[in-house]
Amino acid sequence: MSVLLDARGLTKRYGDFTALDGVSLTVSEGEFVSIIGPNGAGKTTLVNIVTGLAPPTAGQMSFRGLDIVGAGPVTLARRGLARSFQLVNVFPALTVAETLAVAVCARLGRGRRFWSSLAADRAVHAEVGEIAAVFGLADRLARLARTLPQGDKKLLDVASAFALGPELILLDEPTSGVSTADKHAIMDVMVGAARRLGVKAIVQVEHDMDIVFGYSDRIVALHQGRVLADTTPDGIRRDTEVVATVLGKPRS
Amino acid sequence: MSLRLAVAAALGALALFPLAGRDYYATLMLPFFGYGIALLGLNLLFGTTGLLSFGHALFVALGAYTAAFLTSKLGVLDLEVILMAAAVAGAVIALPTGLLCVRYVRIYFGMLTLAFGMLFYSFLLKFYAVTGGDEGMRVLRPRLLGLAWASFGKVEFLTGPFYYYSLAVLVLGAVVMWRIVRSPFGLGLAWTSFGKVEFLTGPFYYYSLAVLVLGAVVMWRIVRSPFGLGLRAIRENAGKAEFTGVDVRRYRLSAFVVAAVFGAVGGALLPIPTGLADPLLAYWTHSGNLVFMLLLGGFGNFFGPVLGAFVFIVLQDQVMSITQYWRFVFGAILAVVVVFFPQGLTGLLDRRQRAGT
Repeated sequence: MSVLLDARGLTKRYGDFTALDGVSLTVSEGEFVSIIGPNGAGKTTLVNIVTGLAPPTAGQMSFRGLDIVGAGPVTLARRGLARSFQLVNVFPALTVAETLAVAVCARLGRGRRFWSSLAADRAVHAEVGEIAAVFGLADRLARLARTLPQGDKKLLDVASAFALGPELILLDEPTSGVSTADKHAIMDVMVGAARRLGVKAIVQVEHDMDIVFGYSDRIVALHQGRVLADTTPDGIRRDTEVVATVLGKPRS
Repeated sequence: MSLRLAVAAALGALALFPLAGRDYYATLMLPFFGYGIALLGLNLLFGTTGLLSFGHALFVALGAYTAAFLTSKLGVLDLEVILMAAAVAGAVIALPTGLLCVRYVRIYFGMLTLAFGMLFYSFLLKFYAVTGGDEGMRVLRPRLLGLAWASFGKVEFLTGPFYYYSLAVLVLGAVVMWRIVRSPFGLGLAWTSFGKVEFLTGPFYYYSLAVLVLGAVVMWRIVRSPFGLGLRAIRENAGKAEFTGVDVRRYRLSAFVVAAVFGAVGGALLPIPTGLADPLLAYWTHSGNLVFMLLLGGFGNFFGPVLGAFVFIVLQDQVMSITQYWRFVFGAILAVVVVFFPQGLTGLLDRRQRAGT
């Protein structure tokens, strides 16, 4: 298994407050990694730093062997690293098809074409249709993002990250704000989409332990900006310290 | 479908308008053509990208002074050369100013563009030797399409790739030809042999209309390209756009430069009817007028800004002829538009259309 993401000693300080304190994270091809931890443990900070939203105070990161410290989201997307957001993040007045087309155009290098017709671009339409089908949005292509129900908005946000054709995708609480009944359906769609669209690894931040234990190959537990444990789901269950601080109650 | 019909009807009306013989109104339309083009640019920034510029008059004035400088100082009279020079000047000035401006959004972007506009206004006012200061600069009558009629083949260029408009442009070409054949001056004659009003309501009228149509076609293509989609994504959610692979800073700068080019090209047409480019073209109230036209027509519709320019020009003419307090009336109109019709006139039409279906 070749290593996709290799981050070492990531530290992030905001003034006196240390949000991340020497966190290391490696993700290899074929892995589904979950990041867990109580509120304020630094989960979202970690995702933000890895995806270029904020620079680390210290530490190294590389993606497929190339240094990515200081690389912005656009560069990272081109190299094959994409993310979705915890809070619903869509283009309110763009349709589902247009939202996906933004990402597909970026992936196909269409962004600087200001003189070609988007409507006549078959390659873009084909990809948009394929991704919409995988995410079950094919019958909603012409709807404005702001008119979608909450669950579909979340799905669209994730789908547009998948549409960039990334090798590694980071999902920040992909099922937050979604009813418990729908959570497994959304996870199944995403895992299936990753397989069909050639996404090689998934990293997710998640609070729902059923989801975490149900889908992960590996779990990274954060607490107060440090890695408490980085092991298999079974290993986490046996780790009494993690169970006490992160899970809050013993699990059978 | 109905949009195409409306556009074709508007074009047909504009093409036939000077034939009605009301030269006053035909001349009144000339600034509309210039403003229409400039507004297409302004709306690429605001309606499409979500950046409101209060300094667009800078580029309009830049175009106007380019026309003045080329005709009266350098003796360059070909309008094609003037329009190209205005476009280049617009792009050259927009690159460095845009690099600074697009680092900011919302009111900060607006204020910075306003500052650049006022800087240019001061330049025009103070550098008397170059710009003629508050007296402005003469703009000589330009040559259209060289001296000979043979060069009218250019119209065919318009009809090629742009099939949406080919019909309308062909009608336009036919009307122009008809006017030309009817003209007592015959083939191979310079426009200079026309009287001033004849020139403005004849060749110059159709030339400006053609530039406006061409500008609209170019802008239509830009808005509907992958690049245009990226701009709309930025308007909707710049943060998300960045994570969807859109280089936000670069896109905003490109939109700024394209808007400036349209501003300058429209601006180059503006001073020709009056024969004078003056510093007030760059004054911030002129930028305000441009924003007024945009709001009046509606920035959510592709043709909104063009309609806004049209209504503004006609309304200004009518209200000014009734009362000297026309600014008061316009202020009231602006307030009503912003409060009750934030989508402008085209928004009103859209709503009626939606209710009807």
